Amino acid sequence: MEENANSGGARQAPPKVGLFATCLVDMLRPNIGFSALELLRAAGCDVEVPKAQTCCGQPAYNSGDDASAKRLARQVIEIFEDFDYLVAPSGSCAAMIRVHYPELFHADPAMRERAERLGAKTFELLSFLADVRGFRPRGVSCKASATYHDTCSGLRELGVKAQPRALLAAIEGLEMRPMEGEETCCGFGGTFCVKYSEISDAIVTEKAENIVATGADLLLGGDLGCLLNMAGKLRRAGASTRVFHAAELLAGRALHAIGEEKP
Amino acid sequence: MTTALGTFKDRARKALGDKTLKTALDRTTGNARVKRAAAVAAWPDFDRARAAAAAIKDHALAHFPHYLEQFERNALASGAKIHWARDAKEACAAVIDICRQAKAKTATRSKSMLGEEIGLPDALAEAGIRRVETDLAEHIIQLAGETPSHIIWPAAHRTREDVSKLFQQHHRDHLLLTEVEAMVASARHELRDDFFGAEVGISGANFLVAETGAICTITNEGNAELTTTPPRVHIVTAGIEKIVATTEHALQLTRLLVRSATGADLTQYTTFHCGPKRAGDRDGPEEFHIVLVDHGRTQMLEEMPDMLRCVRCGACLNHCVVYRKIGGHAYGGAYPGPMGAALTPIFDGLEPSRDLPHACTLNGMCKQVCPVDIPLPTLLRDWRAKSFRQGFESPALRRGLALWALVASKPRLYRAALALALPLLRRRGKDGWIAALPFTPGWTQSRDFPTPAKKTFLAQIESGEQA
Repeated sequence: MEENANSGGARQAPPKVGLFATCLVDMLRPNIGFSALELLRAAGCDVEVPKAQTCCGQPAYNSGDDASAKRLARQVIEIFEDFDYLVAPSGSCAAMIRVHYPELFHADPAMRERAERLGAKTFELLSFLADVRGFRPRGVSCKASATYHDTCSGLRELGVKAQPRALLAAIEGLEMRPMEGEETCCGFGGTFCVKYSEISDAIVTEKAENIVATGADLLLGGDLGCLLNMAGKLRRAGASTRVFHAAELLAGRALHAIGEEKP
Repeated sequence: MTTALGTFKDRARKALGDKTLKTALDRTTGNARVKRAAAVAAWPDFDRARAAAAAIKDHALAHFPHYLEQFERNALASGAKIHWARDAKEACAAVIDICRQAKAKTATRSKSMLGEEIGLPDALAEAGIRRVETDLAEHIIQLAGETPSHIIWPAAHRTREDVSKLFQQHHRDHLLLTEVEAMVASARHELRDDFFGAEVGISGANFLVAETGAICTITNEGNAELTTTPPRVHIVTAGIEKIVATTEHALQLTRLLVRSATGADLTQYTTFHCGPKRAGDRDGPEEFHIVLVDHGRTQMLEEMPDMLRCVRCGACLNHCVVYRKIGGHAYGGAYPGPMGAALTPIFDGLEPSRDLPHACTLNGMCKQVCPVDIPLPTLLRDWRAKSFRQGFESPALRRGLALWALVASKPRLYRAALALALPLLRRRGKDGWIAALPFTPGWTQSRDFPTPAKKTFLAQIESGEQA
């Protein structure tokens, strides 16, 4: 893996990227963080992982607790506003910062301007690699079949659709299988899945059936929350589909799927 | 208004356990999605048409009083009578008054969601006026003693097998019919006498056209024409947000509305009703009344103007993962699905309906398919913020969120808390998975949860590890 279309020609200083790992990746799956780090470096970025980062505040925002959401948004803005880019391996956290921070501070012109400035340079990892850095992985192979679930926030708020597929197409031996309802929500919805767990279960049950019906070895996506939901359901249903964040595959770090602990 | 029993969660649970409901919803919404997708794919300028449709509605709303007054003037000039109703009670009272003056025993009614919204079926029953629903699906749910579960297909929760049984039980001939065509013929036979015997016919309106004073109905079965033409009196009940400036605007919206609803280019009937029967007309009602209903709409103009663009096509219902699983009755209001979750707090109050805007994954599909680009997820989130501000959310949730935000805003404390909590959580894991989570049993009721990392990503970065 490596190769960065932007590194050829006149040498430019590598962009300074602040990697926002997201709270779920931090706690549950550091491998996605390391994959993002490696991919961004391979794409010619000068990457830093700011130590003070915690959470983007999305759970509070979606629960209607704007005061708590603002407290955390302010913190993210302070930590990341001096970077050239903020990149997160999650469509929903990136959309929270890019789309919803400016809305959150709509009544506070000074903060809104800072939110808009940070929002404009905030990207979801896979679309950043493909669109901003013109990156394609090289020398990565994976002899398996995979299906891709388009996670909703990335798809509808940030237009992440073609980018992950273009990146994955560069993996040798990987056979992609389209899934029925690949753009249909998996039923995660943040706190929705625990507040309305029975409705969420009915939704993810249908999703798991569609995943299994592809016969693919792997399920890939770009948001850990959604992947946890689907992986947890597949596991409970006794399916053998292995679940990875697409970045793990792209970085050649897809050794242990979600729930397969490193020995 | 529906009188929903139990809590939202109780109703949803009941719906989730109903296999017939699942079959009915999968069939109806599945067909609708396929047909809409084909119609949109066949229309290269769909996005532009959608933007134009939103602009048409926004224009009318930006000049709301102007166009409503223009509509009133032109309608009066056509011989119609106009009744303004501030709320549901006034609207029902106006309808009942007209019925009483017409000495009506029977009123036929073609499908109108506004009628459901203002509780007209109950009001007619209280006034002792026999109500005959003439839309096929409305006829079905009237026989079943139910309310609509979908704004386009009121009987979306019923399978054709259910309908077959209902008709055998309630229709005069008590035949067991299994073919759809035979069932439709039976309903037609059943309704025929009432079409011609009713003293009053009540309809809704899809559009109020300001430049002509006409109202427009869009239907497929012809029952609207049979409801509005033979009786001596025709009453229209319409929300004031149905106003559009011109006939051209109404037709432009119709193209979007019908494709979004059923995937067809047009409905079988697009009828403009303008005034009562004139001298020399062969048919038509002698009296033509239009009840213009506010019922929260001027409040929405201030608080939620986007929602006034809604043309009631039902696309957001058909594409909603939650609606597709629980159906319409679980929502408990007149309108279900995403648009219902946005509207019901206006009509029924936020506190009793606060579950509706929360029972949504905010996945954005409803906004994507809306023909007038209503930002439904934003509206639902706004209701959540309002509910939180007004103290309707549980103290436990409020304290939990505040505590979590406090800890997460102190990175060192946050790191220390994770260093304590994650090993505890890890102990519950077996073979990489946790089968029962503490505090959030909702997750592990139906899913496993992966064991968290030994050390967080940030902690590993801190100690220079590369996993």
